[in-house]
Formats: sequence, C-alpha cells, structure tokens
Amino acid sequence: MQTFDLESHSLRELNSILHAQKDDTNQTSWEVINARGSHAIAVGLDAPIEVTIKGSTGYYCGGMNKQATINVHGSAGPGVAENMMSGTVVIEGDASQYAGATGHGGLLVIKGNASSRCGISMKGIDIVVHGNIGHMSAFMAQSGNLVVCGDAGDALGDSLYEARLFVRGSVKSLGADCIEKEMRPEHLEILNDLLMRSGADAKPEEFKRYGSARQLYNFDVDNAAAY
Amino acid sequence: MKDINDTPIPRTDPIQSATFTNPINAEIRRAAATGIYDIRGGGAKRRVPHFDDLLFLGASISRYPLEGYREKCETKVTLGTRFAKKPIELETPVTIAGMSFGALSGPAKEALGRGASAAGTSTTTGDGGMTPEERGHSDKLVYQYLPSRYGMNPDDLRKADAIEIVIGQGAKPGGGGMLLGQKISDRVAEMRNLPKGIDQRSACRHPDWTGPDDLEIKILELREITGWEKPIYVKIGGTRPYFDTTLAIKAGADVVVLDGMQGGTAATQDVFIEHVGLPTLACIRPAVQALQDLGMHREVQLIVSGGIRSGADVAKAMALGADAVAIGTAALIALGDNDPKWESEYQKLGTTTGAYDDWHEGQDPAGITTQDPELMARFDPVEGGRKLKNYLKVLTLEAQTIARACGKNHLHNLEPEDLCALTMEAAAMARVPLAGTEWYPGKAGF
Ligand SMILES: Cc1cc2nc3c(=O)[nH]c(=O)nc-3n(C[C@H](O)[C@H](O)[C@H](O)COP(=O)(O)O)c2cc1C
Repeated sequence: MQTFDLESHSLRELNSILHAQKDDTNQTSWEVINARGSHAIAVGLDAPIEVTIKGSTGYYCGGMNKQATINVHGSAGPGVAENMMSGTVVIEGDASQYAGATGHGGLLVIKGNASSRCGISMKGIDIVVHGNIGHMSAFMAQSGNLVVCGDAGDALGDSLYEARLFVRGSVKSLGADCIEKEMRPEHLEILNDLLMRSGADAKPEEFKRYGSARQLYNFDVDNAAAY
Repeated sequence: MKDINDTPIPRTDPIQSATFTNPINAEIRRAAATGIYDIRGGGAKRRVPHFDDLLFLGASISRYPLEGYREKCETKVTLGTRFAKKPIELETPVTIAGMSFGALSGPAKEALGRGASAAGTSTTTGDGGMTPEERGHSDKLVYQYLPSRYGMNPDDLRKADAIEIVIGQGAKPGGGGMLLGQKISDRVAEMRNLPKGIDQRSACRHPDWTGPDDLEIKILELREITGWEKPIYVKIGGTRPYFDTTLAIKAGADVVVLDGMQGGTAATQDVFIEHVGLPTLACIRPAVQALQDLGMHREVQLIVSGGIRSGADVAKAMALGADAVAIGTAALIALGDNDPKWESEYQKLGTTTGAYDDWHEGQDPAGITTQDPELMARFDPVEGGRKLKNYLKVLTLEAQTIARACGKNHLHNLEPEDLCALTMEAAAMARVPLAGTEWYPGKAGF
C-alpha cells in the first residue's frame, strides 16, 4: 500500500503519480490521507489500481475515471465520478449534486444519500444509491441504470431517453416524459446484479421501474409545454 | 367582378407595409400552418453594425508604411501562454471554429482539417465528439467541452491540442442545441449514446457546474486530467462581454473565444438567431477592456468570431485588440456550401444560392451539412481542403497587406488608432473616431 498525504504534497503530484501507473503496475493499492475536501482528487485515472481516500472530497473526485477503483471514506462533493468511463467509485458517505453526471460506464455506489441531479445526462454508467436522491435526478439520462434504495425527489427522469431508473421507495414526482414501466425478468436480473455488486441490502422485487414514455423523441407541437 | 382600373378616378398606389413585409407575412403564414417556430442554420441575417463600417487610415507622412514584398509582416500567433505547458503555435491567426460532426459530414470535417493544417492553423471539434477523420487530418485540434458531453471521453481529451469549454455561441447565447432526427445516422447516434432517428436535444447549461466559481474548479479538473499541458479556451456568446471575459479570466482560462450574433449555428430558432446577442463589432472593445483592466491583454488571448469574411475583417478584429479570429460560415462557403452550381437543387428545396440555411434537414446539395451517403459522396475532402487552404492564405495575405499599409510588421501591432468609423453606431461600438473627426460617441468634447 502506497500512502499519499495531501497535506504535505500537492494535488498535482498526486494526480501525476496516479496517472503514471500503467496497466501492469505493481503499485496497485493507494491510500490518500488528509483529503480535506480538495477538488479533482484522482481524476482521469486509467489503470486497474485501487485508491482509498480518507476524508471527504471536493468537486469531481474520480472524474473521467477508467479502470480504477476509488473508495471515498467520507462524503463526496459535486460531480463525483463525472463522465466516468469504466471502473468503480464507492462513496461511504453522502454525495452532493450531479453525482455520476454524463458517466459513460463503470459503477458508482453511494452508500449514503445523493443530492439533486444525480445521474444527470448519464450515458451508460450504473449508479446505485443506498439512500435517497434529490430533485431532477436522471435529467436527460441517455442510458445506463440508476438504482435508488430509498426515495427520489421531484421531477425524476425529466426528459430522459433510454436510461433505466429503479426506485424502491417513493418518488415525489416524475419529470416530463418519465413513466412507471413494467418490471420484466430481464430488469430483475440487472437489478439483482447491481444490488449485489454494490452491497445493497435490498431485494429486486421491492423496486419499481421508470423509463421514458418516448413522447418527446421527435418534436410535436402538441407537446410544446413539456419541452 | 368589376375591374376598378376601368374607372377614370385617380387612385393611390398599392403600398407595402414596412412593418408587415412580404417575408414577415410569409413567416406568419408558415407559423400558422405548422404551429412550430422556424429553425434554420447560419447566423443573424439582418444588417447590424459590422466591420464594413470601419476603415483603415493607412500610413503617409506621420506614419510610414512597410514595403509590400520585402519587409516582413509576421502573422504567427501563440495561444495558451498563461498556464498550458504546450501552447498552440499557429502560422496565421485565422482558426477554424467548432462545428459539430453530425451537423457536418465526416468528409467535411476531414476537409476542414486538411485545409487548416495546410495553412498552419487549428480546427475545432463540436457538439457530438471527436472523429478520427478530423483528428487524423488536423495538425492542431481543439476539443470542445459542451453541455451535452456527447462523445466526451478522457482519451480524446488527451489527444486534443487544446480544450474549449463552450458556455455559449453568438448565434444563440443562452440556448442549447437540437439535431433533428433526420440527421441521426447510425454513426452519429452511436457517438452520442442515443437511439437513431430521434431529435437530439443539447442542454444549454453544463450538467455539473453553474457559475464562475464552479467554472474555476471545472478548469482545474480538466487541467489535472490532462497534466496541465493543454491550453483551456472558454467560448462565450456575445452578451455581456466585459463581465463574461472578466469571469472567464478569473476562472483561469488561457484563451477567451468571443462569438458575436452574426456567428453561424447548425440549427437554432430563427427568432433566437435574429433577436438575441450583440453584434460582433460591439463585443470586442469591452472584452479587450476587461483583459486590460486585469492586466491580461496578450497574456490571455482573445479569439473573435462571428461574420469574419475577408482579410479586412481579420485585420479590423485584430486592430480592435483580438489576438486571433475564428471562421465557421466562411469556411463552409470555401468548401462549397451555397455554391451557385447547385442552384436548380436549391430551387427544389424552395430556396436559392446564398439563402440556403436548412442545414438541419440534412439535404444539403453540396454534401457538406448532411449525413446522407449519396449527398456526402458529392463532396471531395481533398479538393475541399485545398480550397479552404487557398482561402485561408488569401485572408492572411489580405490582412498582411493592410497591416503593411499601416506600417505594422506584425498583425498584432494593428491598433484602434489605425481605424476610423463610417457611422455613429460603429464609432460608438468600436470606440474609434467617426471618419474625419477626432470624436466617437461616449468621448467627451462633442
Ligand atoms: C454548421 C455549424 C455548426 C456549428 N457547430 C457548433 C458547435 O458544435 N459548437 C460551437 O461552439 N459552435 C458551433 N458553431 C458556431 C461556430 O463555432 C462559430 O462560433 C461561428 O460559426 C462563427 O461565426 P461565422 O459562422 O460567422 O464565422 C457552428 C456553426 C456552424 C455554421
């Protein structure tokens, strides 16, 4: 295990050391201490390494991650794992706004709650939130899965495309063009896998599925109020 | 019915309204029939104060000119000197603006890369991501970071020579985008992670930040991901250029790209294009003022776009304080857009050469703003690239001609004092004297 102290060394040093790790690196396990809410920790990683961050992180922790597994032993600021391509990001605490925004792949697990706009514009990422999520989550979500073990706030899935949303608790309101959909066996399978991989204590059968009504896919003047 | 002309009483001529003109009435009828606003490509078509309203004074006794063919007039420009480890060095200050793959065909993007590279300048991606065609054919490629984040990925980010965070465009400051279903081919759909054939809406705000303080952190993140190598541009539409330029600089931009309302778009509501934003001419001085007030003029570079057509426009933008310019529409025309040779086909589309702007419909006779394989095949990227190179060379030569006449050995040495204005409006916007006077509106002593 390599330990990196963000109090005595700079963010630039941290990210360049992590970027220098190639696919065949022997230094596969890293611990970052004294994170103290710094922004852009462990962004742009592209190697199968494990990075554990002690303390809470600022904006964009794990941004554009590929391959790496990043654990935050604290809470995460806005835009955690934004535009993630692959790999895993796990937040032990809560996550602020825009968690997993525009993510293309990989798995983001938030063990606490996530704030508003969780999964905004997601493009293939899987997000599992053990707690609740805030308003406008999955806005314009394109693909991937968003699993919420708790409740969802207002306007869930507004203007969404093909992303699948699974919520166990209540949904305060659905956004434009978002509807409840039938839970079919293939969905239960996806859900089961994601719940297992994210260590969530919930059963697939307890969830409801939401998705796009596809009414806004091609402009129709009679829907103008919904745009 | 009785023919009124048969009566001997004199009558007034039929008078067309200057308010309800035929084009306006046609638009009312179109709106009434369809129930949807008009969407089109291009920039503002109305006349607004522009570079045409400025003239260069030239040199004579008080200032002497440079010898046309012997004394050098430099055109090189370096962008991104503030923070980037690898600034971009260009042979000419005329760059190619961001135009999306999706709006343009793959071969058209290739031609932009070929032409720009041959002329020693950069091209820019657009909404929809980076294609191998344009990366492969562009020596210097600027990668746009847009609200939609279509196709955004760290590998392409690292392949880019610079990153341009798009906040707005002059044609539609405050607006998002829309690529209509007709143009969504399999390839475009895949790059954008969306189903084929559906309208693709692009958001008008970034999904993971709002406001200048967040922008600063976003810039930090992008720099950290790319090792502080690449210049970071911030592109803004012309709205409040003084404040926006100030905020972009404070957020850490290396380069500010400022696009006026004549700037083109691939597809936007006509009402938006014509009624929102500032003319390019009105944007430059406030932006330069902001740079100067922060002591950042020339340290943070300013790229101006929106209606640049000739070397005179390039020279005027630079005299007002820009470090470089970007062209969109003019580059497309150089490639063959709106060429009279397609007139019969424009007629069939209900339009005419020079007025064709329904680029979003994907039926471009010239094969440039389309994803239709048959139409695309009409366009030869090698030939297109050659024409663009020629055109870029002409713009550069023209700007040099003017600079030499003003006694300048570098385009950057052009200054507002080399200019006068033909109209009060242009004098006020450009803050240069009305021709033959020492005065411009806002200056004391009228
Ligand atoms: C076909 C077309 C597509 C465009 N696509 C984009 C885009 O994806 N992103 C962007 O920031 N600007 C886009 N623009 C605007 C240009 O980058 C640029 O601001 C504008 O064209 C400059 O004005 P000009 O056309 O008068 O030269 C586009 C313009 C055109 C004509």
